Amino acid sequence: MSFLEITAFLLRGFRISLLIFAVTLAAAIPLGLPIAFCSMSRIKPVAAVSKVFVWIVRGVPLMLQIFIIYYVPGLVFHYQLFGDLDRYFLLNHGIEDAGRIIAVLIAFAVNYACYFSEIYRGGIESISRGQYEAGQVLGMTKSQIFFRVILLQVVKRIVPPMSNEIITLIKDTALANCIMVAEIIKQAKDLAATKALIWPLFYTGAFYLAFVGLLTLLLGRLEKKLSYFSG
Amino acid sequence: MALLEIRDFHKSFGKTEVLKGIDLTVGKGETLAVIGSSGSGKTTLLRCLNFLVTPDRGRMYLDGKLLFDAGDAKKLKEDELRERRLHFGLVFQNFNLFPQYTVKENLCLAPKLRMREDPEMKDRAKRAAFLSELDEKAEGLLRKVGLSDRGGAYPCELSGGQQQRVAIARALALSPDILCFDEPTSALDPELTAEVLKVMRSLAADRMTMIVVTHEMSFAAEAADRILFMDRGAVEFDGPSSAAFGPGCTSERLRAFIGSVSGGERPAGHETA
Repeated sequence: MSFLEITAFLLRGFRISLLIFAVTLAAAIPLGLPIAFCSMSRIKPVAAVSKVFVWIVRGVPLMLQIFIIYYVPGLVFHYQLFGDLDRYFLLNHGIEDAGRIIAVLIAFAVNYACYFSEIYRGGIESISRGQYEAGQVLGMTKSQIFFRVILLQVVKRIVPPMSNEIITLIKDTALANCIMVAEIIKQAKDLAATKALIWPLFYTGAFYLAFVGLLTLLLGRLEKKLSYFSG
Repeated sequence: MALLEIRDFHKSFGKTEVLKGIDLTVGKGETLAVIGSSGSGKTTLLRCLNFLVTPDRGRMYLDGKLLFDAGDAKKLKEDELRERRLHFGLVFQNFNLFPQYTVKENLCLAPKLRMREDPEMKDRAKRAAFLSELDEKAEGLLRKVGLSDRGGAYPCELSGGQQQRVAIARALALSPDILCFDEPTSALDPELTAEVLKVMRSLAADRMTMIVVTHEMSFAAEAADRILFMDRGAVEFDGPSSAAFGPGCTSERLRAFIGSVSGGERPAGHETA
């Protein structure tokens, strides 16, 4: 296999990694908000349930969570949901691994939403009460105050910690290979197994590095864009 | 007739009784200065007026009409609360401008949001007319507080004194009946205090009805029509400022308080407490 062929082979895996990355972000960024609100709820049972949930999801290895999501339907309900989805998409649409990828996406979205919710909570709680009160005395509704006054200030404050999580996420996508999803590391391992080539495994690092470089640039730009105000 | 009348306001936080039955009237166009040492309940009183704190007991009348009764405060819906709040403006000690908006956007945000909610303002032409009127109003208010050239600036680009003047203009943008100030100069350096007090004096001269919680004895003495002196949650003195600061002041405690904050002299300069 030529270098170009191997690059193309790995790139096919990296497309899966990027897919997991993008869908997880798209789902977890909004999903984190209701979890954060529940954790901050004045209704004690709601806050307690939310906090226990976040504790479990953050306290258990993500790899284990992937296994749980993937195997539990079969073990508990005797219905191999994700295996069936795999077959369904392969037969009807010619897409491989679809069921497994869905299992991974569920685990990732829930896991990252919990991390994000804690970042959101910290950000929201760091905004001074005066901002809420100023909105109140100006006759704004609670939702107007949140969306028109508080939110952008929170966004500005959480960009640095969110950047950290987002960079971690692209590397975490490698965990998908624990249920044989053909992301980039899985592809490289296949090369090692079938062609006795070990260097492609190390070569995968270049893909991650390039992507993280791009992310760093974009997130830095976002941070700069929000630097027009302080507060 | 009094514009604002408060009867028997009581408020406790836990076991601490902060307001022990406050009675108060403010006439239209009057400037009332509320003074007293920290913990005397002045700020809580002001926050009750602005519905940021709900009194445990008491009633409030505006223009002779019942505006608030602690007895049925729980039944009050969010929307009604918002409407009633709009009779009052509040200028905070820490300005509390919205940092992500320019000066002018700070002034226009709340009126614009109200316009969007108003079912009568669905019409495009009406909205355009409202917005151009609002723009003129904002320009006028910025002129009034001496900041007509800073409409496009962000709050972080302004000095504390300028920020507080913007906050005053923002409160006026909703045309409140009564403008309240919560120690508006306490977070400012002495040299910035004067510019804020100047704006407040000009408002007083325009007969804007104002309730000012302040440590600025000179402002209270010169610009306020009346003084309300609070001591440990109760009104200790309520009378014209000439009587409060004059030699014949009837309240021993008030005399002692004025003496202590103005360093033993009659107030003259711009001292801070």
